[in-house]
Parts: sequence; C-alpha cells; structure tokens
Amino acid sequence: MSPTISCSSVYKIFGNNAQTLLSESGGNVDAKKFQEAGCIVGVNNASFDVNQGEMLVVMGLSGSGKSTLLRCISRLTDATSGKILIDGEDICLMNNKQLIELRREKMGMVFQNFALLPHKTVLENIAFPLQVKGVTTENSIHKALEMVELVGLKGRENYFPRELSGGQQQRVGIARSLAVEPDIWFLDEPFSALDPLIRKEMQDEFLRLQSVLNKTIMFVTHDFDEALRLADRIAIMKDGIIEQLDKPDNIVLNPATDYVRKFTEDVPREKVLKIESIMDASDPHASGEIAVKKDDIIETVAEKILNSKEIIKVVDDKNSVVGSINPSKVIKVLFGG
Amino acid sequence: MDKNYLNIIRSSKPAQFGILLIVFLLLYNLVPHNEGNYFWRLPSLLAFIPIKLNEIIYAALYEWFPLKVWDPIFEMYEEKAAFREFTKSISKGLLFLITFVRELLLGGDKIIDVFVSDAWLKDNDWMTWPALPWTAATVGAFLLGFQLGGIRLALLGGIGSLYISIFGNWVPSIQTLSFVLITTPICFVLGLSFGIWGYLDRKVETALQPVLNVMQTMPQFAYLVPIIALFGLGDHAGSIATIVIATPPMIRNTILGLKRISPEVVEAGLMSGCTKTQLLFKVLIPTARRDILNGVNTVIMQCLAMVVIASFVGAKGLGLNLKIALNSLKIGKAAEAGFCIVLIAVILDRFTKAWANKQVDYFENLTFFQRYKLLIIFGTSILIFSIIAFIANGYFDKINYLYVIPIEKGFTFAHYIDAAVDWVWETFFYSLNSFNKFLLTEVLGPMKKAYLGMPVVATLTLTMGVAYIIGGIRTSLLVGGMMLFIAMSKYWDRALITMYMATFAVIMASLNGIIVGSIFAQTERGSKIILSVCDFFETFPSFVYLIPVIFLFNITDTSVLIAAIVYATVPATRYTVWGLNSVPLSLHEAGTMSGVSRIQRWTNIEIPLAFPTIMLGVNQTVVFTLQMVILGALIGTEDLGQLIFGALSRAQDGPGVAITLGLFVSLMAISVDVIVRKWAEERKKALGLA
Repeated sequence: MSPTISCSSVYKIFGNNAQTLLSESGGNVDAKKFQEAGCIVGVNNASFDVNQGEMLVVMGLSGSGKSTLLRCISRLTDATSGKILIDGEDICLMNNKQLIELRREKMGMVFQNFALLPHKTVLENIAFPLQVKGVTTENSIHKALEMVELVGLKGRENYFPRELSGGQQQRVGIARSLAVEPDIWFLDEPFSALDPLIRKEMQDEFLRLQSVLNKTIMFVTHDFDEALRLADRIAIMKDGIIEQLDKPDNIVLNPATDYVRKFTEDVPREKVLKIESIMDASDPHASGEIAVKKDDIIETVAEKILNSKEIIKVVDDKNSVVGSINPSKVIKVLFGG
Repeated sequence: MDKNYLNIIRSSKPAQFGILLIVFLLLYNLVPHNEGNYFWRLPSLLAFIPIKLNEIIYAALYEWFPLKVWDPIFEMYEEKAAFREFTKSISKGLLFLITFVRELLLGGDKIIDVFVSDAWLKDNDWMTWPALPWTAATVGAFLLGFQLGGIRLALLGGIGSLYISIFGNWVPSIQTLSFVLITTPICFVLGLSFGIWGYLDRKVETALQPVLNVMQTMPQFAYLVPIIALFGLGDHAGSIATIVIATPPMIRNTILGLKRISPEVVEAGLMSGCTKTQLLFKVLIPTARRDILNGVNTVIMQCLAMVVIASFVGAKGLGLNLKIALNSLKIGKAAEAGFCIVLIAVILDRFTKAWANKQVDYFENLTFFQRYKLLIIFGTSILIFSIIAFIANGYFDKINYLYVIPIEKGFTFAHYIDAAVDWVWETFFYSLNSFNKFLLTEVLGPMKKAYLGMPVVATLTLTMGVAYIIGGIRTSLLVGGMMLFIAMSKYWDRALITMYMATFAVIMASLNGIIVGSIFAQTERGSKIILSVCDFFETFPSFVYLIPVIFLFNITDTSVLIAAIVYATVPATRYTVWGLNSVPLSLHEAGTMSGVSRIQRWTNIEIPLAFPTIMLGVNQTVVFTLQMVILGALIGTEDLGQLIFGALSRAQDGPGVAITLGLFVSLMAISVDVIVRKWAEERKKALGLA
C-alpha cells in the first residue's frame, strides 16, 4: 500500500529570488550562502513517508523549520520546490478549488495558540468546518455535540472561548479539527502553550483518542520527551534539515549526529527502550513460568524481571515465545555502564 | 585633533543640536529683512496652484464629458457635464435619505410629496406623516439603553431625551440625529470596504497611508468651499463634508483590526476549508469585530464634532443654533445647544460602546414574547402616546405640547448662564483683562514678532536640521520639501502665524498633559480616574471649547490658544498615563530596592521608559492644536484659518484657495509627525521596546 503522505526533496526558501538561487545550487543548499543572498532557508531537502495510521512526530527547536515543513504539507505556504503527495496526488499542483476540497474532506489541523474564533461558542467553533462545507445547521450541530462528548467538554457547549481555560480551549481546537472526520491530522505544537500538568493530561487524552481513531498524524513539537512519549517515528530537524528520522528507541540507542546525541544523552533509557531491544533472540525456546512482552517498555517490567530467580521468556502479541532476557542487561540499562 | 572633534560631533546629538542652534541664530540675525532678498522670503513661484485647482474644478463641473440631458421644463435636450450630473444625483440621494429619517421622527409631507403629485397633496391635507410624540421617543431611548447595557444606560438614554424634549431642543436634536444616522452607515460601508481592500492588497495600503494622513490632518474648514462648489448648500453638503472627514479613521480601524488577527486564526479558517469569501465574512470580519465597531464609534463622534462646521454649508440642527447664538454672543443659548450636542454625543458613545462589547447569546431558549418584550413595549407606548397626543389636539389650541415642545416654550437655563457670565465678567473683569493683556503684550506679541522676523532660510535650516539629526537625510529632504512648498506660496507669513500659535499651544498642552498625567499615574486608581476624565472630554466636539473662552478673553489670540491648550491637553495626558502605566512593575521594584525617591523614580525610570509613548501623545497634541487654531477663525484670528474661512464667501476662486491652504496646514502637521515618530521609534529601539 502506498504511504498516505509522501515528501520528496521538499525545499522551502523565503526571499525574493529563492527560486533562481535554488535552481542554481542544484539542490545542494548551504544555509549560510543563502542568507548572504538575502534568503532564509526554512526546509532543506526533506524526503520522507508517513504511512496510514502512523504518527510521525517532527521535533526541533524554534527556527528549525518544523512548523514550516508542516505548513508546506498542509499547503498553508507553498513549497519552493519538491513533491508532496497526499494519497498519491501532488498537492503542489492542485488549484484552489481542489485544495479547499482536500481540506474539507481529508485534513484537520490543531494550532499552538488554539486559534478559536472568538465570536463563536464552543459548539459553533466545532461545527464551523462543517458549516463552511455546506452541512445543514441541524446536522452540523448534531455532529459537533458528538465531538464535544468525545473530547470531554460536555456541559460547556455554549461557552465562549474566552470563558475556557487553555486546556479546555485546546480540546475545542482538537474537536474542531476532527469534526469533518479527516484521514490526516496535523498538530502544530498543540500542547506547548499549556502548563506541565495539563500538558501531561492532554497527552494521555491524545493517546486515548488516537487509539480509538487511528488517524495518520503529523505532530510538531519542540519537546523531546513529548516526542518520545507519543511517536511511532520521530524526525529531528535542525536548520531546515532532517537530522535523523527513526523509531524513538533507535534514536536513543543510535543517535545519528552529535546534535541528536545532545537530546538523547539525558534521556533515561529504561523509559524509552522496549524489551525487544535487549532480549536475546537466539534462544527462542526458553522455558519458564514468567513472561514479558517484547513491546513492553523496560521500566514497566524491570521490577518483575529483577525479582525473578529464573530465566524470563519474551513473547510477542500472539503469545509465542520469541526470546529470553538476561537480568544483567536490565541492570545495565538502569544503572549504565 | 580635528578628527577627534568630528567624532564627538558625529556621536553626540546634543552637540549637533547646539551647532544647529548657533547656525540658526546667525542666519536669523545676519540675513537682511528685505523683500527682494530670496534668503528673507522666497518668491511665490507656486502661486498658480490655487488658480489651477480652481480651473480644474470648474472645468469638471461645466465643460468635461458633456452629456445630453432631458430638461422637463423647457422640454428639450441640454448639454451638461457628466461630473455635475453625478454630484447632483449624489446630493439628491443624500438629501432624500436625511429628509426621510427626519420626517419619520418629526412628521411632515415632503417624502410623501415625492411619490404623489403636488396638487393631490394640496387637496388631501390629511395626508401627512404624524410626528413621533417625544414621550414615546423617551420610552424608546430608555428601552434601547436597557437592552444594550442595563439600567444605567437606560437611565442615561431616558433622562437625556427627557431633558432634550422639555428644554425645547427636540426638533434641532432630531435634525442633528437624522444627519448622524444617515452619515454614519455611509462612512461605515466606505471605511470597511477600503479597509478590507487595504488589508488584502499591500500596495493599496501603501497608497492609502499618505492620503489618509493628509485627510486626517486637513482642517475641516478647508473641505467646505470645494464641497459647496461641487454639491451646493444644504444638509447633504454637511453630510458629505462629514463623510470625507469621518471615513479615514474608519478605514484605519478596519485595517488595524484585521491586521491584529493572529495568523493562526486565518490558518484555522483555511484548514477548515473556507473559500476566500467565507474567510472574509465568517472569520476575518467577525474576529476584528471589536476594532471595527470602535471605528463606528469614532465615526459617530466625528459626525457630532462636525455639526457646527456642517452648518456653514447649510446643515440644520443644533449646530446651526449654536452658530447663530455664538455669532450674536448669546453665551447662554450657545451653551444650551452645546450641552445638547455633548449629551447626544455621550449617549451615542456609550450606546455604541456597549453594542461593540455585547456578545450574542444564540442558545437562549425564549418564547416569542420574551424575545421581543422590549420591542413590544416600545410599539405599545408609541400607540398609546400617539392616541393621547391626538386626543389632546382638541385640548391645546395652538401648540400640542404632547408632540413637540418648541424651543421658545421649553424650559431654559440660558439666562442663568448669562447672569453667571455677567457676574464673572463684572467681578473678574480687571484680573482677566490684565492677564489677557499681559499674555498678549509680553508673551504672544513678542513671540509672533519673532516668528514673523524669521528669514525663510533660517526656518528651513532649522526644520531640516532637526529632521536630519533625528531621522537622517531622507526625513530631512521630506520635511524640507513640504516646508519649501509652503514657503513658495504667497501665504508664508500667515503660515508663520499659524506656526507660532501652534508652537505655543503644543508646548503648554504637552507640559500640562505630562504633569497632570504623571501625578495621576502614580496610583492605579488615579490612572483610572484620569483616563475616564479624558474619555469624557474627548466626547466634546472641538468647538464647544470655544464657548467659555470667548466670553472670558474676548475675540483675541488668547481665547483661541486657551481653547487649543485645553483641547490638546487631553491626548497629552492620556498618552502620558499609558506610557507610565506600561513601565513594568519589576522596574519599579528594582528602583525601590535601589533606594530611589519618588522624584528620582519619576525622572530616572518612568519618564525615560515612557518617553516614546509620550512623544506619540505630543504628536496627537500637534494635530489637535492645529485643528483648534484653524477653528479659531470662527471667532476671528489672522492666520491661515482666517483665509480658509474667508474663502467660504469667495465662490469664484474659493475652492482652490481653501484646498491649497488646508494642504499647507496638513503638511505642517505631517512634518512634525514624521520627525516625532522617527524620534519615538529610535528611542524605542534604544530601550529595546520595539
């Protein structure tokens, strides 16, 4: 099956003669040289795929181009060059009408500062994408009520955004982006404007929603811990370049560049790594009473493993044995060395 | 050694100002005062401009693009200029609308006359629209106030219209109100359209900016003569003058409001799948609603500020009454009319502000009667009071007081005011007069002489020098060009008089404003109080300030200057308070912990940080002052304003002269604005506030 989102050699360069400079450089963009010529490089040669039902988290510090990349893919800004395929269709070639159609049917987006319409109530905000699409008031309100329930805002349908807390406002933003039942879900630093406790709560809520909805997601954040918690795969960006794109545990175990290593250094391994990454797969017939799953995070089963006197077997989803685990490896992850 | 000095001069602005001052004084004293000397006065090379402008206006009116128009009286085709037909139809349309609203409230048969023949109307004299009884109108104002802002606004509206009615100002007030009710929506639509256009197209905005600057700094008088030439005299002419003046702030507010929308909200609209039209009407305009409605509020205030000026081109109403009273020096009558205008201004101001801040509740579950309760009460009260008034026709023999209380039969407090004026006049005559004399002979006289004795080369050096030191070569050339434009006309001496009056008033008003603002801004309560005082004074139409000063200081420069100072102190105070309040609390605390005294804190922390904001206030002060100084022509001064005023009675070359002179005043204001804005920006950058 082809990927839902597919980018190849996407560039976004701000400035007057970006197009000419880019074609002169032949795809080999040096940010410094461009800056001297009065251009700012936003996205530099990004190529990647996002599969159906997958969550790709784009992580980077401010100015790394992560939001620009997201806006190229939603075509809120036009990429300077490159191909961006959504379900096999190049959105860079779409005209305005097709684009509106695409957004009305397939895309939803959540914004950092919520971006709710101040003159509309919770219910009206959520029903808005349906109403601009031409759904009748009755049907759109009915659907919006469903969404209100989904994000846990029941009882606040008639509040105005200014009457809600930040977390509640973002719930409205989430509900609005989901109202048209999009396949693709863009989230631009959705929890960055919230305080830490609420952020944690919203992340849990988000994981719950995703487990029910199973959307294709691009999630932008500057918080590495958030990326580790949520992602199927993480893309780490710096100066418009994707430094590394991989599964969270692979990034922690094998950082590709020094820049990525700076993030991974202080990450407690046991919170990221799965049993799979330390198990001994050469022994698929290990016997024993106690078993752990290969997808378990080490931290959650460490006590169980270390308290046990016997060899522990590792099983997969179907409960068939795939290997065994040696407690010394767990100790090594926990205490280093 | 030499290089060292140069470096000092290059890096030190005070040194540069010092050198500039020395050069200026040398030029001032060395250039001989002699008419033939071009350093003393420039030749009037640009004297042709007003004449040319006039020619263009009259050519447009009578010669260009002739059309064949059917004349029903002579039953033949006549050649008429297309432009004139165009202005005529605008005039007719506006006049119809104003009369329509007027008759709707006051009764009459002019509108009915439009639809039926004269003869038929004469035969059927029952065919006339009945007046709305003032009693019902009072109930209406009360209910509207209640709907918008609860019992407080209800009382304001109710008592206000009760006062207006029983003091006999009902008819002129409705005339003024009908003028406002027609003019405001036109300004709203024009302002909103241009504002949206400017927001959508960067080029349009850049093109609009200078036009708006000129329009907002032109003295209102300057528009009157061309408007008479183009549209003739009458209520519609007043309305057009007001539209020209009140639309620019509406445009600005619209652009400001739209620009303030966070880009994320626009993106959210796009991602929801909005088309361009949906984005504009469902996302952008509703989100900018508050700024846009504040623009409407400004428009209404401008309309009321214009009522007296509009009466010069034939608008009826309170403004005309006030003008007539002022002309015959009936202070009491003038004050009464002025009070009514202020009252209407305050009521409309509060009502529109309440409307701007009101949010609609879509989910109220109300029955028909609950929802339209107030409307039903209003309708019933119209019915009841009309019936009572109709029955009362039999009881009153000539004037039916239940419809309208005419002005000569209403209550009045004019004679109390006149008595008070007489008393003040008799009691303080000596001290007022000697103060006036002192100011005129010791301060204003010498100052005026000094300004008039300034060689043109010295003036240009000074203004361009200041502009150069503050803003660099481009600012200097811009300001120099504008000043040169004025200097090469034949009105330079008059312009110098305007400058002298403006300088004096700006300095005094700024000092007042900064001092008053600083005192009140020390506490939060004080800030609140002084800001609401400013709000109150700002609803006063500008000419209202002229009423008290005339009787205190007669028709002299002093009167105009004092009115200008009082009027322009308001923005200076407001911006000072804003500036001081924006100083972060942490800096106050840091200062306190460093052991500064109150005065030290004011001079070392508050004033420097608030400086850029205060400068913007001074900017406003300049505009306000110039407006008032030009308005001073109304009571007799000898500057540019008087010439503009004089142009009113010179139909032949008046329009060109008025526009040119108005432009001069506008250029002066813009010159100051350019320099001050640059300065404020620079300070902001230096303080890291930009």
